[in-house]
Amino acid sequence: MDKLLRLLSENSAYTTQELSLLLGESEDSVKARIADYEKQGVIKGYRAVINWEKVSDSGVTAYIELKVTPTKDKGFDDIAERVMAFEEVSSVSLMAGTYDLGLTVKGDTIQDVSSFVSRKLSTLEGVLSTATHFFLKRYKYDGTVLADSTVDERCMQF
Amino acid sequence: MDYSKYLNKTIQDVKPSGIRRFFDIVNEMDDVISLSIGEPDFRTPWHVRKAGIDSLENGKTWYTPNRGFKKLCQEISGFVQRKYDLSFDPDTEILVTVGGSEALDVAIRCLVNPGDEVLVHQPSFVCYEPLTRMCGASTVVMNTKAENDFRLTPQELEAAITDKSKVLILSYPNNPTGAIMGREDLEALSEVIIRHDLIVISDEIYSELTYRGNHVSIATLPGMRERTVVINGFSKAFAMTGWRLGYAMGPKEIIAMMTKLHQYCIMSAPTVAQYAAIEALRNGDKDIDHMRGEYDMRRRLVVGSFNSMGLSCFEPGGAFYCFPCIKSTGLTSEEFCTRLLHSKRVAIVPGDAFGDCGEGFVRVSYSYSINHLTEALGRIKEFLEEL
Repeated sequence: MDKLLRLLSENSAYTTQELSLLLGESEDSVKARIADYEKQGVIKGYRAVINWEKVSDSGVTAYIELKVTPTKDKGFDDIAERVMAFEEVSSVSLMAGTYDLGLTVKGDTIQDVSSFVSRKLSTLEGVLSTATHFFLKRYKYDGTVLADSTVDERCMQF
Repeated sequence: MDYSKYLNKTIQDVKPSGIRRFFDIVNEMDDVISLSIGEPDFRTPWHVRKAGIDSLENGKTWYTPNRGFKKLCQEISGFVQRKYDLSFDPDTEILVTVGGSEALDVAIRCLVNPGDEVLVHQPSFVCYEPLTRMCGASTVVMNTKAENDFRLTPQELEAAITDKSKVLILSYPNNPTGAIMGREDLEALSEVIIRHDLIVISDEIYSELTYRGNHVSIATLPGMRERTVVINGFSKAFAMTGWRLGYAMGPKEIIAMMTKLHQYCIMSAPTVAQYAAIEALRNGDKDIDHMRGEYDMRRRLVVGSFNSMGLSCFEPGGAFYCFPCIKSTGLTSEEFCTRLLHSKRVAIVPGDAFGDCGEGFVRVSYSYSINHLTEALGRIKEFLEEL
């Protein structure tokens, strides 16, 4: 994998000067490659990694397993598109295994998510069943450990 | 009770390490961001730790043979052959030790008689002189220079040789400068070494961490194998500092003497560490490549940042240190580090802790995450702007 992408996926706030030093290539080349990745749609955006547990009123998140009936021509794409159109849904993936679509859904309260699932999601045509799991605590998210940073245990030697 | 009359005179006379002195101050302070640690920030790779755990679960808790497990010596022999083209017989020419540190101590004690002179280049790791003095011998210091990228030149070596000179301790890739010696550099030295019939102790503990081509061991040069003890270990290559495992390789006559001494003072290196080390040598190449790649990125970031701050820093080819020159600030190394510590809470090591000729330089370790490095570099930049 391109190291530039790896670095940006770890910290999108790196300056092009820092990236140029880290990668051993000119700043112009780094800028051009980033622009290219953006144009190709490889880089879809830049955002902060937020530990929502430290933010009050940050709402609740649920992971929902969805079993669906694929349609004849479009397979799972059709229902996936309809599901992701809901603004409550923050991610949708097609899964291999005992269910078909994996969703993350955000709401202000548990009641909001419940009513979304029971009224909007499970009533969609093609949806066979849902199983809702609420997130209680995130320890590590997308490669970032969310606990406060640990102390460096190394001792000073020579 | 006056203990000084009981304690050994030589060890009482050994100066306390300059790094320790500085770190006693650092340890008293809160919120210090450090660039001073001289060990990998990586944990030992999981499969290596697992091999150690498995050995404990299987009750492998006895001593090993004095020289180390035969299969470990065989793996070491294969590893150094594959990596550096070094050929050492696993049965007679390799000794497994408690870290590279023990290997150094035992090598010096086996090669040095009272009154001998041991040639040491500086800036360098701080243990060579005390260990030499414990043998009743003295060191002759050769000051390497920034304009030579801190390589030891044949002229500097030649100038330091007297009729008492016996051992040359070479320490490349170098702590604290990050300097390396290429094949041509070593060839030029070997001519002087052979002409003056010196023995070399070559401390190559950072040999896996080189960033401009592969490490060259002086023992591979014509005429040098018979007069070189190579010291290496697992601490830096495999991020295994706490396991305390190293090794010495050399002519069987020297290794036999070292094994005799090792057997009396240590008996055998830690068993659990030896099991882990076998796994590291067999399946650890990808771990080394990964860690080297990470260090290399950080190296470019740190060196580039110092140069753009106006502190000139030659490009270190190995280890995980850089050694920028701070003379342009008009401060001494100690003043620079103390003021930086107090005003910006960044800890780095004064260069003179590694020998007088390190004055005017500071040692910066980049064995830290990139975020940690950027934060510290930002503070150093502010410090320089406020000077």
